[in-house]
Amino acid sequence: MSGRTGADSAEIMLAGSGGHGAGPDEAGGVGLWRAAFRRLRRNPTAIAGAVIVLLFVLVALFAPLLTSYEPGSTADAGLVTPSSVPGPSEDHWLGLDRYGSDMWTQLVYGARQSLAYGVISTAIGLVAGAGLGAVAGGFGALGGRVGSWVDNAVMRLVDVMLSVPSLLLAVSIVAVLGQNAYAVMIAIGTAQVPIFARLLRGSMLSQGKSDYVLAAGALGIRKRKIVSGHIVPNAIGPTIVQATLNLATAIIEVAALSYLGLGEADPAVAEWGRMLVAAQDRFEAAARLALLPGFAIAFTALGFTLLGEAMREALDPRSRR
Amino acid sequence: MLKFALRRLALLVPVLFGLSVLLFAWVRALPGDPARSLLGERATPEGIARVNASYGFDQPLLQQYLIYVKALLQGDFGDSIKTGQPVLTTFFERFPATIELATTALLFAIVVGVPLGYLAARNQGRFLDTAVVSGSLLGVATPVFFLAILLKLVFADWLGLLPTALRQDARMDATHITNFYVLDGLLTREWDAAFNAMVHLVLPAVALGTIPLAIIVRITRASVAEVLHEDYVRTAESKGLSRRIVSRRHVLRNALLPVVTTIGLQAGLLLSGAVLTESVFAFNGIGSYLFQAISQRDFPVLQGFIIFIAITYSLINLLVDLAYGVIDPRVRVS
Repeated sequence: MSGRTGADSAEIMLAGSGGHGAGPDEAGGVGLWRAAFRRLRRNPTAIAGAVIVLLFVLVALFAPLLTSYEPGSTADAGLVTPSSVPGPSEDHWLGLDRYGSDMWTQLVYGARQSLAYGVISTAIGLVAGAGLGAVAGGFGALGGRVGSWVDNAVMRLVDVMLSVPSLLLAVSIVAVLGQNAYAVMIAIGTAQVPIFARLLRGSMLSQGKSDYVLAAGALGIRKRKIVSGHIVPNAIGPTIVQATLNLATAIIEVAALSYLGLGEADPAVAEWGRMLVAAQDRFEAAARLALLPGFAIAFTALGFTLLGEAMREALDPRSRR
Repeated sequence: MLKFALRRLALLVPVLFGLSVLLFAWVRALPGDPARSLLGERATPEGIARVNASYGFDQPLLQQYLIYVKALLQGDFGDSIKTGQPVLTTFFERFPATIELATTALLFAIVVGVPLGYLAARNQGRFLDTAVVSGSLLGVATPVFFLAILLKLVFADWLGLLPTALRQDARMDATHITNFYVLDGLLTREWDAAFNAMVHLVLPAVALGTIPLAIIVRITRASVAEVLHEDYVRTAESKGLSRRIVSRRHVLRNALLPVVTTIGLQAGLLLSGAVLTESVFAFNGIGSYLFQAISQRDFPVLQGFIIFIAITYSLINLLVDLAYGVIDPRVRVS
């Protein structure tokens, strides 16, 4: 599973860059983001990623305009036999799937599912994970006995979550909550919680040791104010980048749950992962049934990965030479 | 070093304790009833009560938890409700398959990934570099199960070159000692059995290893590129040292630290990926078994397997941290 790929490399990046994260450097708070955006616009990787993501979002939004069929409509089911599935024709330019639905329609509506699931589950993971990370990092940066106790307690909880591989965590949550759309989103969101929590805490702690925080403390600014006004805004960068990368992961994991038979249960809903499973025993008859949804997932995930990587490069001070 | 290792091992205790509580709660929160799943549709209330009593499911939850932890501490992981087999036995039958698959996948990723990343960094901006970087981005974005299906389609269905299912031909009738099939073949000198098991590993390992491969390539490239810019590398080169010596003594040694971290972090990923890969290739490891146990509400199997996975995962992380000290003496001091 492509699970925590992004997080891992991001954490390493963070560890590697040591104390000097995205601090309030030469340009100051706002300038940092503006400068990053300017670099992003000039980066071909970012443009490629943005174009793919935009294409995906547009297809998802305007799905009904892109096809004249209904998703899940099986009007032509009679044409499908055990040994053959009708290929491209005038009426169906990508052919039919094994249930007799128009392949193009299924793919286009599948984008809707992937977008909705991906965005909502990542949002769940981001809010919960960054929340936990901010609590741990905030208390950790404040120091003192209470501070480090809270930090420790939160991080041990995260350790426990991390000790179970993310897909198994997601599978077990779906098992508890039952097989429905909400369960899938909560499951995939929860699996992302430890990534965000560790990332934000790590960058908050490294910010906490930086000179400007010490200076702010020396100036007598209240600790709580330092955390919310200085540490969090400066530490949030890698977390935002991670959210973009996690969108790719989330889309893949939604498909993976469907692949294991734990995804969206309603057969009338088009979903790329389930299209892939359904195609498996029809390889000889029509390999395109598996190839098209598979490439759709990979292509979309590639878009978010490219965009996320480019964002990371733009925000990482080390790449500015 | 020893003190560090011991402290880390001690930290494992609270994590496992937390996990045992959460797992216990989670497993009991699963909808569905193991007794009903065991006895089938026509179970009588008396039958269900009898089964529940024999597993202690009728006791108060706290009591159940205490009994469970006590047994756990004595090394008793209980019996599978479905098969009646001790959880430990099944685990050690199945775990070698997953380890064999994951290790082969990781070896493939390291052996191909580190040199590729190094070459890319040495040729920054040239065609080779661009190709390697693009390939690795594509590798990260491809879902492991899609890659598995793709490999199966091309190499098995179209070209007919490699087997697509199981760990060994059923006709092999090989002797098994450790349940690591390749190792067993070598130990018993049944060379064709060992070879057969290896051939069965190729496709699943490539599928499972591709994402770690892509990640290792990128980390190695970034890390080598950074080290190449360092002053000490320039000094070494200007002293007239050969390129090979500079690479081995100065560049690789310093660039490897992040690579080792990444390799360790891949462990969890490999275990997750193994669930999917095992189900595409009908490879009988713990991944597919665990998935089955969830759908059958086989509580003892679930709890036992997940705790074992967590221990394995934590031990791998510990080994990675210890490996730091070997590679980078600075880490040892702090």
